[in-house]
Amino acid sequence: MNKHVMNEAIGETRLDRATQGVIGKGVDRYEGKLKVSGKAPYAYEHLVGEKVAYGFVVPGPVGRAKVTSIDTMAAQSLAGVLAVVSGDRVMHSSAQPMGPDVPAMKGEIYHYNQPVALVVAESFEIARHAASLVKVEYEALEGRYEIESRRGTGRASDGGPMAADTKRGDFEKAFAAAEVQFDRTYTTPAYHAAAMEPHSSVAKWDGDQLTVWSSCQLLDLNVQQIANGVGIDASKVRLLSPYIGGGFGSKLGIGPDAVLASLGAREVGRPVKLALTRQNVFQATSRRGETIQRVRIGATRDGRITCFAHESETANAEGEGFFEPSGISTVFLYPGSDRLVTHRVVTTDVLTTSAVRAPGEATGMLATESALDELAEMFGIDPIEFRRKNEPEKDPQEDVPFSSRRLLECIDEGAKRFGWSDRPKTPASRREGEWLIGWGMASASRANSLMASSAEIEMDPAGRATVKTSMTDIGTGTYTILQQIAAEMLGLPLDHVDVLLGDTSLPESSGSGGSWGANSAGSSVYVAAEAVVAEFAKRLGVEAETLTLKDGHAISGNRQIPFSEILEGETIRVTGKIEPGDTSNETNQASYGAHFAEVAVNATTGETRVRRLLTVGAAGRILNMKTATSQCYGGQIWGIGYALEEELVVDARNGLIVNHDLAEYHVPVHADVPKLDVVLLEDRDPYASPLAGKGIGELAIAGVGAAINNAIHNATGIRIRDYPVTMDKLLPHLPEEVGAAA
Amino acid sequence: MRPFEYARAGDVAEAGRLAGRFIAGGTNLLDLMKLEVETPEKLVDITRLPLRGIEETDDGGLRIGALVTNSDLAAEPCIRRDYEVLSRALLAGASGQLRNKATTGGNLLQRTRCNYFYEPSQPCNKREPGSGCGAIGGFNRIHAVLGASKHCIATHPSDMAVAMRVLDAAVETQKADGSSRTIPLGELYRLPGETPQIETVLEPGELITAVRLPKPRAGTQRYRKVRDRASYAFALVSVAAIVRMEGSTIAEAGLAFGGLAPMPWRDAQVEAALVGKEPTMANFDKAADILLAEAEGQGGNDFKIPLARRTLKAVLADATKGA
Ligand SMILES: Cc1cc2nc3c(=O)[nH]c(=O)nc-3n(C[C@H](O)[C@H](O)[C@H](O)COP(=O)(O)OP(=O)(O)OC[C@H]3O[C@@H](n4cnc5c(N)ncnc54)[C@H](O)[C@@H]3O)c2cc1C
Ligand code: SF4
Repeated sequence: MNKHVMNEAIGETRLDRATQGVIGKGVDRYEGKLKVSGKAPYAYEHLVGEKVAYGFVVPGPVGRAKVTSIDTMAAQSLAGVLAVVSGDRVMHSSAQPMGPDVPAMKGEIYHYNQPVALVVAESFEIARHAASLVKVEYEALEGRYEIESRRGTGRASDGGPMAADTKRGDFEKAFAAAEVQFDRTYTTPAYHAAAMEPHSSVAKWDGDQLTVWSSCQLLDLNVQQIANGVGIDASKVRLLSPYIGGGFGSKLGIGPDAVLASLGAREVGRPVKLALTRQNVFQATSRRGETIQRVRIGATRDGRITCFAHESETANAEGEGFFEPSGISTVFLYPGSDRLVTHRVVTTDVLTTSAVRAPGEATGMLATESALDELAEMFGIDPIEFRRKNEPEKDPQEDVPFSSRRLLECIDEGAKRFGWSDRPKTPASRREGEWLIGWGMASASRANSLMASSAEIEMDPAGRATVKTSMTDIGTGTYTILQQIAAEMLGLPLDHVDVLLGDTSLPESSGSGGSWGANSAGSSVYVAAEAVVAEFAKRLGVEAETLTLKDGHAISGNRQIPFSEILEGETIRVTGKIEPGDTSNETNQASYGAHFAEVAVNATTGETRVRRLLTVGAAGRILNMKTATSQCYGGQIWGIGYALEEELVVDARNGLIVNHDLAEYHVPVHADVPKLDVVLLEDRDPYASPLAGKGIGELAIAGVGAAINNAIHNATGIRIRDYPVTMDKLLPHLPEEVGAAA
Repeated sequence: MRPFEYARAGDVAEAGRLAGRFIAGGTNLLDLMKLEVETPEKLVDITRLPLRGIEETDDGGLRIGALVTNSDLAAEPCIRRDYEVLSRALLAGASGQLRNKATTGGNLLQRTRCNYFYEPSQPCNKREPGSGCGAIGGFNRIHAVLGASKHCIATHPSDMAVAMRVLDAAVETQKADGSSRTIPLGELYRLPGETPQIETVLEPGELITAVRLPKPRAGTQRYRKVRDRASYAFALVSVAAIVRMEGSTIAEAGLAFGGLAPMPWRDAQVEAALVGKEPTMANFDKAADILLAEAEGQGGNDFKIPLARRTLKAVLADATKGA
């Protein structure tokens, strides 16, 4: 295997020379035609025409309980019911992304409406009806359903996405001595990823061999989770996720459907299809934890930050190590020699919390980027100037250099394009009829990571390439960028490169998560392609560096040889692997950006509408301008939701997730979204990966909600620190006069 | 979903005889059946009945067939011209796809969106009389501040019905025995009291065949819906208004409210308080005082009380401006 360990910065590559000219181009999606014509099979759509059975989940209708009996008599005796699967293996929620363990129910109900059994029947409708006939008897236990009243009881988890505590110097002392002290608390509610495609699985046994089609992001981990859940060896399981209708972190670990479908299929001796209902998805997968975040910043009288603390409390279920890492960007984004970032997990008996798009930044920057705005106002400085004044030269926590940090350039470019100099200087000073107009901005940053990943390139005798990796495309554009990387590296027209993804029989990959997918999987393709080029060079008896590849020809000196000639009727297969190395410790790597928002707040009702939204980002090499921009649109839209609408409501009396469908869990609709502007700066990060690229999928959600909230403040003079900023929170502070005439 | 029988009505008389639950667009009933909130044993499909016409009546009004879709009704030129408030209310409701399926009759009889009503494991007096009310003491941001009872605080979610209420619409029905009657919209709905499961005066098997609108009223028509997102959200507060000015005073005021009560809400005293008055904020405030005199919040929905006042005042200011 050809391996590249990222131990030093990458020099100039074939991607920089861009001889084929396809890298970076906003080309259409590789699988686009299949998707828009309905021919791309999603998990549930497999085994069409085969005799299958259908599953339906039985929910446990109480917040916390010990199950005393599950009476399946009535269900079993219904015509068409094939089996009722219950017992300890039933998963009560999704698995976490950190390891192969799965949350088995072990006779208890841990959260409201968790799965307790599965009915398998001849039709979906029969299964659904039978599920309602299953009687779950339980002994109710005391449950804990909110964190507000239990502040201070949290645990420091060592099994989360970052260290629970990151400290430097003595924050308390520095803060006490600071000339200016800022101390505010912000809250964010629980959220749900609410991906379009519900978690679904189709499971089929062939002897002791299990094949599962499921909607999953990290196949090589997920296959182990399925094996664990079912109680067999992972070598007996093949998992396929060729197309995925959105994951946003909620499919990093398997949903309860994969194991339930497998158990059901074994029980009834034929394949079982199981799609969670929207209500199941909301109540039986995972969610983002609610947070209470205290932000303390000490500064000099002239507006220089000297110390920074960000202490958050969030929720998770008993024994769960994951926490929403709200302080993840606070660790390095702003200066201060005394620093304190802490996370505490308050245990609740509510649906497991786990990673949702940009874990940490998505919630943490709602707080810190509002705090920066408040501070700037305290100092009477423009928020951009305030950030400029407080731009650190190196990572203030670890003292290592930033690999590339173009935050100020993003801010300046955005300010110019947005016309920031015309911003209303005084809050509540611009009005159009009934609407109060305000502008706000915020920084964006998203920590970068590179993961081990491998891919095979197969060159057929005609010189066509096929890229194969267990990597997934969760709607982000992975197929397309891998095709582009291979085509650019190998000098092939795009339509000479095919891409096979989403199958654990293919080379092991990083999977999609944490914005690392493009960089990690893409780098493995880079490495494999380099090996192909080396093989070509060897066969031609030249140095690889002297070879130019274009349109399926190798050009060396004045020779131009078609690949088919070099291959001489052979098929060659090479595998490439990327591994993170020293550069991730020696530099601080993150993507950066800046958001600019204009909002209109209705002076009568407090309804807020976003009128303009601009995001400028710098995330290293952009592999496909179109898919990268689309990722940013998605982030901006999520930001609108987080600022104004989204809130997963939990009934504190009993743990019920109250708004468990898309009618009542509000995400932005078209009418909420103005024309979106995204500008991606030309950038390279040679320390991040051989592609010189960084993660972009989660960058644009980081901070955008705060930019909107800052704009609301600019429009109204009102500062809301409890997200989302809904009308009921603004109403008491709005001007007493109503209507346009006021 | 419980298994059910299905029958298709060939004509209006048969619909009643078939003795089952009517299904029109199905956009509300089917959702509720999937959750077993509704468990009809028999569905009577009325979508083939000839109730899709909109025709003028002898008294200069309109008769709207019960199966006219929300989309078609909103787009009808005479509705847009003479009953603007109705067209606007329709377009403020649901989404384009839903409005294409949703019917006039079904919209009037759609059920509350109370979250606890939708969750069969929770107590709900409307779904299961006597079981209690999950929303009281729970999440009640979307609930009623007027007309509720200690047994149920749910709102009626329709936008269309609010506009129809201000237009003095009436429903034409046919009972199971074949007899027909006309019920003013103001008498169709019932307050929850101790029986929140009974929402209208309709009898079992009574089919709405049409909605009648009286001849258009003179005046400025407005529909304003306040909601949590710009589209595809139910009203927190809505106001349907028809206001006619004479010189500098209000000659006629019709006002109906959505999002506040278990039915489209109309209060004759509020309207009377405005007639003959100048369109001043002080006078609007007095009208709001009357409207909200008995308003009672449940915690989560307290904000609806000031919101209703502010929205009413803004609508009145807008409808009377230029006077
Ligand atoms: C996500 C979502 C959002 C929505 N948002 C809004 C909104 O913002 N504003 C709004 O106003 N509405 C909204 N709606 C509701 C929508 O308007 C109603 O679902 C629709 O109008 C119901 O009409 P239908 O024909 O589909 O009724 P059905 O579902 O077929 O029937 C509803 C009820 O009426 C009865 N019925 C139907 N026709 C007759 C008849 N002719 N005679 C007697 N009984 C009859 C049925 O038996 C049933 O009980 C929303 C719905 C959804 C799902
Ligand atoms: S408000 Fe009415 S519909 Fe809602 S739970 Fe209470 S009784 Fe049921």
